[in-house]
Amino acid sequence: MNDVSSIHGAQDSTTFDAMAAQAGPTPVNPAGVASARRRAPRGTRRRLTLAGVRLGIVAVALALWQLCVHAKIVDPFFWGEPKGVWQTLIDWFTVGTSQGSLGQQVIITLEEAVMGFVIGSILGIVCGIALGRVAVLSEIFGPFLKAANSIPRIILGSIFTVAFGFGIQSKVILAVVLVFFGVFFNAYQGSREVDRNLIANARLLGASRWQVTRDVVLPSAFTWILASLHISFGFALIGALVGEILGANQGLGLLIRSSQNNFDMNGVLAGMVLVAVIALTAEGLITLLERRLLRWRPPQTHGGAAVQ
Amino acid sequence: MAAIELRNVTKKFATADGGTYTALKDLSLTVEEGQFCAVVGPTGCGKSTTLTLVSGLERPSRGEAFVHGQEVNGIETGTGFVFQQDAVFPWRSVLDNVAAGPIYRGKDRGEATTLARDWLRRVGLSGFEDRFPHQLSGGMRKRVALAQTLINEPRILLMDEPFSALDVQTRAIMSTELLHLWDQTKPAVVFVTHDLEEAIALADKVVVLTAGPGTVKAEFEIDLPRPRVVQEIRFDPRFIELYEQIWEALRAEVAEAYDRTTRSAVAS
Ligand SMILES: Nc1ncnc2c1ncn2[C@@H]1O[C@H](COP(=O)(O)OP(=O)(O)O)[C@@H](O)[C@H]1O
Ligand SMILES: [Mg+2]
Repeated sequence: MNDVSSIHGAQDSTTFDAMAAQAGPTPVNPAGVASARRRAPRGTRRRLTLAGVRLGIVAVALALWQLCVHAKIVDPFFWGEPKGVWQTLIDWFTVGTSQGSLGQQVIITLEEAVMGFVIGSILGIVCGIALGRVAVLSEIFGPFLKAANSIPRIILGSIFTVAFGFGIQSKVILAVVLVFFGVFFNAYQGSREVDRNLIANARLLGASRWQVTRDVVLPSAFTWILASLHISFGFALIGALVGEILGANQGLGLLIRSSQNNFDMNGVLAGMVLVAVIALTAEGLITLLERRLLRWRPPQTHGGAAVQ
Repeated sequence: MAAIELRNVTKKFATADGGTYTALKDLSLTVEEGQFCAVVGPTGCGKSTTLTLVSGLERPSRGEAFVHGQEVNGIETGTGFVFQQDAVFPWRSVLDNVAAGPIYRGKDRGEATTLARDWLRRVGLSGFEDRFPHQLSGGMRKRVALAQTLINEPRILLMDEPFSALDVQTRAIMSTELLHLWDQTKPAVVFVTHDLEEAIALADKVVVLTAGPGTVKAEFEIDLPRPRVVQEIRFDPRFIELYEQIWEALRAEVAEAYDRTTRSAVAS
């Protein structure tokens, strides 16, 4: 989880110079990370067709599933059925869940995930850059972090639930722990990969060590950090859900857990659908943030095949 | 008192296999106030290393480096450095790039911005203030780098093959512009290049280094009149005379360096 899919693709630089065409090399940017997925020219129709094909695949899969249920090939008691999932979702929306309104469950889980994500990311960035910049710190704490990263941290959820109770706190802490390491290792690596010339240039222009960290290391490491944020929100969501499943009064995780206890697989699947919607929305928002923060980078020419 | 003085400097680097590599050996070099000194030599002979010693980015293993009579001790912020590769900040607009130095040196933002606009005008980039570096051509990025460095009015200006990435025409235009800018504040310059023509066209003094480990092989005074137009000066008979003289000294070193690379290529 601490590696980044980075793309060192050819980058084109747009020339605005009125003078003769320049044969200069294109700028070398810090480790590129797939961001803006470039649209193919005249791509609107293509994208519509693609969306249509995808929708078709989903429809066929759901129809097959439903048919298998009717043909008694798949037992809906164990595997649920699309119709039942849909009905559960409608019930939750209109009537509410066994734990109260659906909105409230979603908000609780979102709150936990977002808080865990924000706190974990900030801690990860601060610690990663501090260790990347101060050799003594990385010498002292490096082995601890590696050791901590190698244990299955999800188990800590059990401890947090006992120590911090059934409220929101234990879930946030679990999410923080899960988010921290991914962001940390990327921030650390990012701050080590900064172009030495840029640091030398800033120093010669008069920047202090702190100014170099803020104005050169941080922006440069951000291409790495942002890549980790895509995965990290997923971790935050897992932290919140697992925390709720382990013990909670509210939230989507509890909803899934109580559906399981009632042998209501449609309820479990309906919960999953809601979680997927949240995750995809967050992914979209993070991509927007990334575009905004990495505005300074040349557009990627071969970004189409990028998969985070 | 000389602006820059390197006194018998030797620079060794640790190599990956645990040994040391001597990049510079007993190199001595003096540049007077306001003098434009060009350093030529084959690739890998230690030209860039020489500049890092003057700027304080690296320390000599033996010998001393002095700037205005003071021993160089850590990064010299009175020194301007134009790097071979792009070193402007890609995430900052052109204007913010140029304003960086004055802000780091304690000026307030408004003042720094006004100054930066003025320097962008001087390097011919008015109207490009809000662009990001990747939206500029290589030549324009070099001008941003020049403005970013010159805005601090350094008394010492170090340039490491600054125009080597540019095409020939742009390079000549930029060289003439550089001379014009240099004339306004007259810092002492060390201009590193592997292009002898460029060296003679720009400099008051051309220093030829030996193939690595680098040391000074010969120095030549360039008595061509100023102001010079780089595009035209190479047709001057005196230019041709100087070129032949210096090339005589440089040729052996270039051949030596080339021999070594081909030999090691065969060996490996
Ligand atoms: N930081 C370093 N570590 C190890 N070797 C270096 C380092 N910097 C330069 N060298 C070596 O020193 C020699 C001179 O390098 P440099 O000054 O960059 O040459 P030039 O600029 O003349 O091409 C080269 O052989 C290079 O490999
Ligand atoms: Mg060099």
